[in-house]
Amino acid sequence: MALTTTDPIDAALVKADFPLLSRTVHGKPIVYLDSAATSQKPAVVLDAMQRYYETINANVHRGVYAIAEEATNQMELARGKVRRFVNARSDAEVVFTKNATEALNLVVQSWGRANLAEGDAVVLTHMEHHANIVPWQMLQRERGIEIRWIPLDDEGRLDLTDLDQLLDGAKALGVTAMSNVLGTFNPVRRLTDAARAAGAISVVDGCQSVPHSTTDLQELGADFLAFSAHKLCGPTGIGVLCGREELLEAMPPFLGGGEMIRDVSVDGFTTNDLPWKFEAGTPPIAEAIGLGAAVDYLSAIGMDRVRAHERSLTDYAFRTLSERFGDDLRVHGPQNADERGGVFSFAFKDLHPHDISQVLDQHAVCVRAGHHCAKPLMKTMGVGATARASVYVYNDTSDIDALADALDATGDFFAF
Amino acid sequence: MPGLEDLYREIILDHYRNPRNRGELEVPPAHKAEGFNPLCGDEIVVYLQLDGDGKVEDIRIGGQGCSISQSSASMMSAAVKGKTIDEVNDLTKAFKAMMSIHESALEGGEGATDAATGETDGVPDVKLGDLEALRGVVKFPVRIKCATLAWNTLAQGIDEAVAETA
Repeated sequence: MALTTTDPIDAALVKADFPLLSRTVHGKPIVYLDSAATSQKPAVVLDAMQRYYETINANVHRGVYAIAEEATNQMELARGKVRRFVNARSDAEVVFTKNATEALNLVVQSWGRANLAEGDAVVLTHMEHHANIVPWQMLQRERGIEIRWIPLDDEGRLDLTDLDQLLDGAKALGVTAMSNVLGTFNPVRRLTDAARAAGAISVVDGCQSVPHSTTDLQELGADFLAFSAHKLCGPTGIGVLCGREELLEAMPPFLGGGEMIRDVSVDGFTTNDLPWKFEAGTPPIAEAIGLGAAVDYLSAIGMDRVRAHERSLTDYAFRTLSERFGDDLRVHGPQNADERGGVFSFAFKDLHPHDISQVLDQHAVCVRAGHHCAKPLMKTMGVGATARASVYVYNDTSDIDALADALDATGDFFAF
Repeated sequence: MPGLEDLYREIILDHYRNPRNRGELEVPPAHKAEGFNPLCGDEIVVYLQLDGDGKVEDIRIGGQGCSISQSSASMMSAAVKGKTIDEVNDLTKAFKAMMSIHESALEGGEGATDAATGETDGVPDVKLGDLEALRGVVKFPVRIKCATLAWNTLAQGIDEAVAETA
């Protein structure tokens, strides 16, 4: 695919790149609509990882022999790809972690414990994933920090009426760039600007936004950005924390062990340079290489095209679901495709999400049912759980049609 | 491949549509126990009124959840009303034995269909009656917790009620 094209994506061609999407479930072609939970992986990613194991498997930053050097180079090459993908300033600002959750825990455990004392305030939002809530609550238990919450409006957007008040005197702001339940895009730049003006650092959860749109850390103005590879066409087992170098430099290490040290004696240790200071132990080497391949794959398609594709699918989904189900189906969150990504949490008739997803499964339609690791948000929405369909670059209108057909069957099955 | 009709038997859907013993009891004298399924956010509230002889005099069910958890709670309430604590405990054991997954079920092999019918040591020989309808849930392992939520909550409620009166 040409690098510069702005043509619409041919999802059928893209789909062919993903081996799993050619399988059947219960005898029917799979309709995968759960990419907000994890994306499928293109063959180029699987091949890159396989090639690493078959040809250059060796530990990194240790051996002087040829394959050890190649493995190290490949891993660091992947880091450079990730840096360019999100426009971080240097490779030192790109830390590989186990997943996005660990990346957020790293910020709280390292920066938080070094900088927050009893009574210090952290501002979060009601639409955060548990990964950007619980680490802070753990520190709240340990230190007695205060957590303030940005509420939501009726359409599932952040209600920023009292933003300045909430940020007044706060030391940190944690916010998701895109809700994993409502699909809402948050005004990250406005929030990071407001945080900086108030003297607070900003910690942005990019798990849902980074895989689906162009990310420019310099434009976002975030001090920290966390995201995972597995939602980004990459493998499980690796996440990324991008942080401003000055902050990372000043922070104490998070996990201790090999790789993260410069020197160790019986009297103590000194830490390695960034980013390895935060990468204790043998890193996820194959996974880093797989992530590099994933970033190459998406960059070749073009992230603006990915976003345009999903925006038009979002429009199509709203139109189709509304035409076919009217008031029987309600999509939570902003109703305008410009304000949201391709994540549709919905209520259908008065059916429970578990029952919906069970019947959809019989039609090979994969959607998520549950609280999506966002229980405070579920409470705000006044529901226990939702069913959620989410699209990615490999989905097309036929997947939305299949969802609608399966929902029809669900309605019939439970008709009483 | 297990089909939807294995899971959603007519009697289950009937209890889902028309839940029995839905509501609350005054606490005290009744005991209240709450159970949660952290996976899906389902919650069951069991209100339990024991009489002087240790019988379940009355029971009410609150909370919200899927058809399996709600119908299981409804069927349970009908099954235990008027029973002694010992009888309820036996019923609970028998029900949970029916719901236990055997390895063959996890592997999805041929044996999966009959996974829950095998003899299990120490399981009381009691008639499950309508509760048998929930047997098919075993074929859908992620839904087992939905079916057992009410029973675990009831067991917790009985333990608390007995401890309080002891």
